[in-house]
Amino acid sequence: MTAPLASVDLPAPVLTASGCAAAGRELDPFLDLTELGAVVTKSIMLEPRSGRATPRMAETPSGMLNSIGLQGPGVASFLAHDLPWLRERGARAVVSVAGGSVDEYAALAERVGGEEGVTALEVNISCPNVESRGQVFACDPAAAASVLSAVRRRTPARVPVLAKLSPDVTDIVEVARACVDAGADGLSMINTLLGMVIDTDTLRPALAGVTGGLSGPAVRPVAVRCVWQVRAALPDVPILGMGGVRTGLDALQLVLAGADAVSVGTATFNDPSAPLRVQRELRQALAERGFARFTDAVGAAHHQLPRRRAEGVPA
Amino acid sequence: MSGGRPVQVRAEVLTLRPVGDYLSLTLVAPGVADDVRPGHFVALAVGGEQSSMLLRRSFSVYRATPGGRYGGTVEVVFAPHGAGTRWLAGVRPGDAVDVVGPLGRPFALPAASSGAASCLLVGGGYGAAPLVALAEQLRERRCRVDVVLGAASAGRLFGVTQVRRYASSVSVTTEDGSQGERGRVTDVLPDVMRRGGTQAVYACGPMGMLAAVTAAATRAGAVAQTAVEEAMACGIGVCMTCVLPVVGADGTTRMVRSCTEGPVFRGDRVRWADVGTVPEGTLGAPVAGGHR
Ligand SMILES: Cc1cc2nc3c(=O)[nH]c(=O)nc-3n(C[C@H](O)[C@H](O)[C@H](O)COP(=O)(O)OP(=O)(O)OC[C@H]3O[C@@H](n4cnc5c(N)ncnc54)[C@H](O)[C@@H]3O)c2cc1C
Ligand SMILES: Cc1cc2nc3c(=O)[nH]c(=O)nc-3n(C[C@H](O)[C@H](O)[C@H](O)COP(=O)(O)O)c2cc1C
Ligand code: FES
Repeated sequence: MTAPLASVDLPAPVLTASGCAAAGRELDPFLDLTELGAVVTKSIMLEPRSGRATPRMAETPSGMLNSIGLQGPGVASFLAHDLPWLRERGARAVVSVAGGSVDEYAALAERVGGEEGVTALEVNISCPNVESRGQVFACDPAAAASVLSAVRRRTPARVPVLAKLSPDVTDIVEVARACVDAGADGLSMINTLLGMVIDTDTLRPALAGVTGGLSGPAVRPVAVRCVWQVRAALPDVPILGMGGVRTGLDALQLVLAGADAVSVGTATFNDPSAPLRVQRELRQALAERGFARFTDAVGAAHHQLPRRRAEGVPA
Repeated sequence: MSGGRPVQVRAEVLTLRPVGDYLSLTLVAPGVADDVRPGHFVALAVGGEQSSMLLRRSFSVYRATPGGRYGGTVEVVFAPHGAGTRWLAGVRPGDAVDVVGPLGRPFALPAASSGAASCLLVGGGYGAAPLVALAEQLRERRCRVDVVLGAASAGRLFGVTQVRRYASSVSVTTEDGSQGERGRVTDVLPDVMRRGGTQAVYACGPMGMLAAVTAAATRAGAVAQTAVEEAMACGIGVCMTCVLPVVGADGTTRMVRSCTEGPVFRGDRVRWADVGTVPEGTLGAPVAGGHR
């Protein structure tokens, strides 16, 4: 079930989602990482980062809010410990990078992009832009484009660069187009949606950071819609779809909407073997629907339904 | 994560019985039970396969029985609290519960070479659960074992009869005076430590209690090991929700995961007053309070 994603051929279509698998090691007892399309690492920044105060999470119906604040060890520690481990383990790594300025993203691309074992870079542009009054890069097409062009320029051509988009925008197609025009080889979508929970006992916001990112099955319809819209507008741009995938059929929805591969995030907290289980279920769902190849299903929901029936594709 | 790699199993409910105000749940969980040491915990999925409650609920292991008639069982003691624990309170023998464990770093036993130490175990409410097996193991090493158990009321005490078998002394406190001495565990600690010549303190219970026990232990020249309870989403170290500020051997404060580096920490390494914040000087913190 190979899945071409931009210029790389992933041996399988399901990946982990950034921030939901750390750097892979902790999931090793629960699944064979080498069977996944790749491990997408927690977003790495240049310096170690403490993240936000606790409480950092609140459970919501079929979802959760998180306000981790990108806690991480910094790029030097990642390159010294985490990437070599993934390499030795034989797992493919898609490295997520995050920054507060265009220069920080560029510096990260320079440090990480050429390292052995890096299958692709995923550029998390959902961070506040320190140079622009905290405005999140992903919410501004011009700011998003400047990050992607800087990263693309510093990354070896063989390594695809994916822009990770936020659904919290008026027109996600506009941001997608800006990223692609700036050199992004593909798009990851969606990141979390900004949300808030108020604790009715303490009468205060449940998260120390007040607001947080909503994820989990609750956001799946938003993810399917975003993938659909971008696929329709930019049919040739590779898409890594994510948002609320818990089962193989959830993944199939994203694939039918136009995702070339799928990441599993929050569901991993509920079931640490979820990424591989989803992949198994997806394979079976495709077979049951008569798809000979995974790629035949990508974007299939855009094709006119009557035609598929008329062609006698087995149901 | 010492004591082997955690496993995920679909466990079968063997029994669910009331114990005072708590419930004791025994699960047939082969593989999980094999490597459990006192202080390890398990993370249970709640609400069934299509549950809208996605996050796991963590519970200290009270008793683990590898092998045996059922191929390995683990027992936890819990208080019905929110929606997830209320669901657990409704399971019946034969029902399936997805279990991940054993998780976390267990209590460290005194080095065998240092001879029989004098140990004090302090439990608050269901926090006594992991201390019963600990008392047993310390006793096997010929340590002196004193135990102090406290709770808000008699119904919320746990383990009083169970620890008697292994303990030189058991003191009980309740805040409402319904059993033992009226007051808090910390009221009786100095006395118990003096009488027992305590060298090592082990504690599990609410965070405020752990902070107070650490302070009392430090004053008495003993080292406390505390099992903390931070809100956890995954229990296995991938989400970064369960962090608290801990000072490392190098003197640097870091936000560390209580599910993988803990839940047992040296009490004097936890910055109790700063839990819930990112204190100034923490590795990677731009300002006190951490990132906005
Ligand atoms: C290492 C560890 C050991 C524990 N051992 C026990 C035990 O032996 N017996 C027992 O009764 N309880 C124990 N707890 C607390 C228990 O995990 C919570 O009471 C339980 O998760 C609450 O779930 P809920 O659905 O009732 O509440 P909700 O408020 O609906 O839970 C929502 C989310 O917040 C988390 N959460 C809420 N309260 C707590 C809490 N106090 N601690 C940690 N996470 C919380 C839940 O896990 C869940 O992810 C332990 C917690 C930890 C971290
Ligand atoms: C606890 C947590 C941490 C996350 N951290 C990151 C991160 O560091 N970088 C990133 O690009 N996305 C991060 N995400 C977003 C996920 O990668 C994913 O886009 C989102 O959660 C939607 O997918 P899901 O519903 O399958 O979780 C995080 C999500 C969660 C729940
Ligand atoms: S609970 Fe997820 S990292 Fe500790």
